[in-house]
Amino acid sequence: MKAYTNEEMEMHIWEYIDGQLSGDERQRISELVASHAAWKSKYAELLALHQGIDLAELDQPSMRFTRNVMEEIAKYHIAPATREYINKKIIWSIAGFFVTIILAFVVYGISQVDWSAGTSGGLFDTDLRSVDYSPLFNNTYINFFLMANVVAALFLLDRVLSQKRKNFHRSSGSVE
Amino acid sequence: MHTEGSDMELIRQVLGGDQNAYGVLVDRYKNFVFTIVLRYIKSREDAEEVSQDIFVKAYRFLSDYKGTAKFSTWLYTITTTSCITFLRKKRPENASLDDERVFAAADEVDGGMSANQVEQKSRIATVNAAINMLSPDDAQVITLFYKGEQTLEEIAQIMGKEPNTVKVQLHRARGRLKEKMEKHFAAEVKDLY
Repeated sequence: MKAYTNEEMEMHIWEYIDGQLSGDERQRISELVASHAAWKSKYAELLALHQGIDLAELDQPSMRFTRNVMEEIAKYHIAPATREYINKKIIWSIAGFFVTIILAFVVYGISQVDWSAGTSGGLFDTDLRSVDYSPLFNNTYINFFLMANVVAALFLLDRVLSQKRKNFHRSSGSVE
Repeated sequence: MHTEGSDMELIRQVLGGDQNAYGVLVDRYKNFVFTIVLRYIKSREDAEEVSQDIFVKAYRFLSDYKGTAKFSTWLYTITTTSCITFLRKKRPENASLDDERVFAAADEVDGGMSANQVEQKSRIATVNAAINMLSPDDAQVITLFYKGEQTLEEIAQIMGKEPNTVKVQLHRARGRLKEKMEKHFAAEVKDLY
């Protein structure tokens, strides 16, 4: 027979008592309990504890508890389900906004690369301080693109906030 | 008048505008919720207030209950998060504060009962007192498993843990409960085993 530590034995017996074992396992533990004194004694001890815990009683709140809750809920309406008022279109628009910005910068960066330049020098040969960033921000199209994005972001933020305000008034402000 | 319907039937009635049906749910689960809250919050007054808030919160967000899990599992999840939020807001109480309550509960034996009733009452008081001596997590896992009719998977969902972690925690919690009982209630434990 495989040697079990005390903890392993307890674990198996608890699984047995809790009914968490498959048919074969259950049969094996049942045989061990029946044929080995140590298993039998541990089983009796844990079963007594199990039955003892089962005796535990639930605490009871005051007699007025249910009435208090009912009086309290009378002031409220049930809030609409979250899935109903969270507009997925808004979530997708916000995600689209950030993805567009990232893509725009990547495309712009790639378009600025001088592919005909020699490859002898590595990335670290380039003096980053000498890079001229001014065309990036002086470009009319880029500025227009950034402005359009900022306006779109403000528009979306306004929609999200007004939606939240409506929901807030609908749920918490509905005291009758 | 309300008959004792299933949780789901009652929830449908509440969502349909019958607020009184919620009273049946409150009556059905108030002891479970209050007991779990008491595992975290030792003051009965605070525990009662938090329990009421839990039922109010559950009512307000009842339409968020999807019915994929048991209502009790959903309710106990709200209970656990509400208790943790309450404890975060309030300074933790001294653990020794509950000793008085624990030993008072252990001594709570009515002199007017028969010998068998007294013995049974004494056993119950012993187990309750020993559970109250455990950490909130240990006491909660034992309460949910034995009294809340929750499976290990459901307890894992309530406590935000893996089922295997809960299984080990339950096993250890029972071990610690046994130690407490043997240490503090040696005489009663002899009768129990």
